[in-house]
Amino acid sequence: MTPIDDYIPIVGQSVIDDLKLIAEKLEGKLIQHINSTAVGGGVAEILNRMVPLLNELGVKTRWDVIKGGERFFEITKKFHNALHGRPADISGDDYSHFLEVGQKNIAEMDTCGDIVFVHDPQPITLIKKRGANKWLWRCHVDVSNPAPELWKFLREFIIQYDSAVFSAPQFAQQLPIRQFLIAPSIDPLSDKNKELPKEVIDAVLLKYNIPQDKPIVTQISRFDRLKDPVGVVEAYKKVKKYIDCRLVLAGGGAADDPEGVQVFEEVKERAGKDEDIHILLLAHNDLEINALQRASTVIVQKSLKEGFGLTVSEALWKAKPVVAGHVGGIPLQITSKYSGLLCHSVDGAAFAIKQLLNSPAYARKLGENGREHVRNNFLLTRHLRDYILLFHSLYHDTDVVYL
Amino acid sequence: MPEAAKTIEPFRFYTRMHLSALTGLKAATLEELLGLVRDVPGACIYHHTHRFLQQHQYLSPEPPNDFAYWVKEVLGENELGEQLASIDTVQFTTIRELRDKIAATIAEYLKENPSAGKRFAHEDQQFHFIKSMSFVLPTKYAAANLSEFADILKKVTIDSIYFHVFEARLRLEKGTNDFSLWMETSLGDRDLAKRIARLDPYTQTLEDLRATIIGIVQKRLAS
Repeated sequence: MTPIDDYIPIVGQSVIDDLKLIAEKLEGKLIQHINSTAVGGGVAEILNRMVPLLNELGVKTRWDVIKGGERFFEITKKFHNALHGRPADISGDDYSHFLEVGQKNIAEMDTCGDIVFVHDPQPITLIKKRGANKWLWRCHVDVSNPAPELWKFLREFIIQYDSAVFSAPQFAQQLPIRQFLIAPSIDPLSDKNKELPKEVIDAVLLKYNIPQDKPIVTQISRFDRLKDPVGVVEAYKKVKKYIDCRLVLAGGGAADDPEGVQVFEEVKERAGKDEDIHILLLAHNDLEINALQRASTVIVQKSLKEGFGLTVSEALWKAKPVVAGHVGGIPLQITSKYSGLLCHSVDGAAFAIKQLLNSPAYARKLGENGREHVRNNFLLTRHLRDYILLFHSLYHDTDVVYL
Repeated sequence: MPEAAKTIEPFRFYTRMHLSALTGLKAATLEELLGLVRDVPGACIYHHTHRFLQQHQYLSPEPPNDFAYWVKEVLGENELGEQLASIDTVQFTTIRELRDKIAATIAEYLKENPSAGKRFAHEDQQFHFIKSMSFVLPTKYAAANLSEFADILKKVTIDSIYFHVFEARLRLEKGTNDFSLWMETSLGDRDLAKRIARLDPYTQTLEDLRATIIGIVQKRLAS
């Protein structure tokens, strides 16, 4: 566990002092996080780091996990896809099973928190159990264009909560309850983001046989169509006509995902025999991802759709110039021409990459601005502050609150 | 200079943190933007004219407000973008007055350039109205005189400076910033108060503003 004071050299003493100040004022309140898994996935990853820090700050916090069988999670996977606007065939039986499992959890789960903080749709029906305590629903997925029938079903539960929390402004819905905007965050002290000695970076490049003889353009992402890895190869080819560089496409998780395997093959085919293109199927290894990002000259995240796209903040935190798609939460992380470059197409991406490779001083400035933007807005400490303020908001209904 | 030790009331430093609340309201055209600028809660106007100061406080003070940025970068209306960016926020002492000025600027531009009303933003680039919920709380710092004030000003967070300079003046409608108010009423130093009040805090970063105020105060202490 990382103590909160370890963040002082990164964000400054005063930021940590402020956290302690607002945490103190929640004394006596118990916060109860509830989600569907203790390991794996972004929500569990963030709660694993946040819960101990909240407790250390004096905000009494516990974390409970609902139970659900294989079928339940197959259904909630369909929910996930449908919330992203992708077609998903959700039957009446699926809804019934979801409610049945929800009912069992309602019977078994002790929702004793003064504030019950429910994450994502899986445990959403627990709200039926609400008493005099406060309830929050945190949506971690992109719901800018949800399947209408599913949204109607979920909405009946959502409106019973005190407030809902979304990650980007375009995810907001017309709801009769208060909605807050809280972006996710990266942990600067985690393996994925901490400073690395040059020897570690060199060793990772050596392991994957990537020479450091020319500029490296990198995209770190699953081999998923929505991350557009084929588009990245096409953009690289347009750049390569004018600037000699290497392309690294690295991602994991394709082995158990049939579509992922197909996309991986398509990328390889599009890359052809170009020896300067390195396509890496990585086992989950945060340290290696960190090293690849740090070795890069330009980092690309040419997504076509994104929940939030935290890989952008990871890259910016390493002061790298970033070219990224104008989708999901990415525009919150990059203000184009100030802290990176946004694009809408292969040509746009190629043009932006060329600009950055040809103008190192401009690229450096964007990277530095990006790092400061992440320091102010996308580190774990800001996330902690927002959550503590969110807890306070439940006890006040004015726009200016004196604590 | 006036005797710094004879303060009546110490200056208590507060800090301010904020949460962004979503409204679900969005605009795709200038007409829609104008309609919503006139209607949304004052907390929205405040958010969109002040967000950059805190979120991009490492940058030189550009871009100064979300309306200007969106109009220029998304709708491509450079002239209106410039007009909105150059609204002299410091001359307004209430959100209402600032809102009226923004609305009038857009309305006038639409009248003179009817074709501008035909431009619209793609779905993923619409303007989403957000409002600020402020949480104000006292810090452990209080200054009994000008010398202590300068020392503490070096230590407090930029959120504290932000609160006393921006939020107090405009959102809490005190007419001037808290520092000037204290200098005039407690220290009796009207000249110093005026010099701080005359600064345009919107055209510098918060760290630059901190350095400027400390500089003015230290010069006063040395005189």
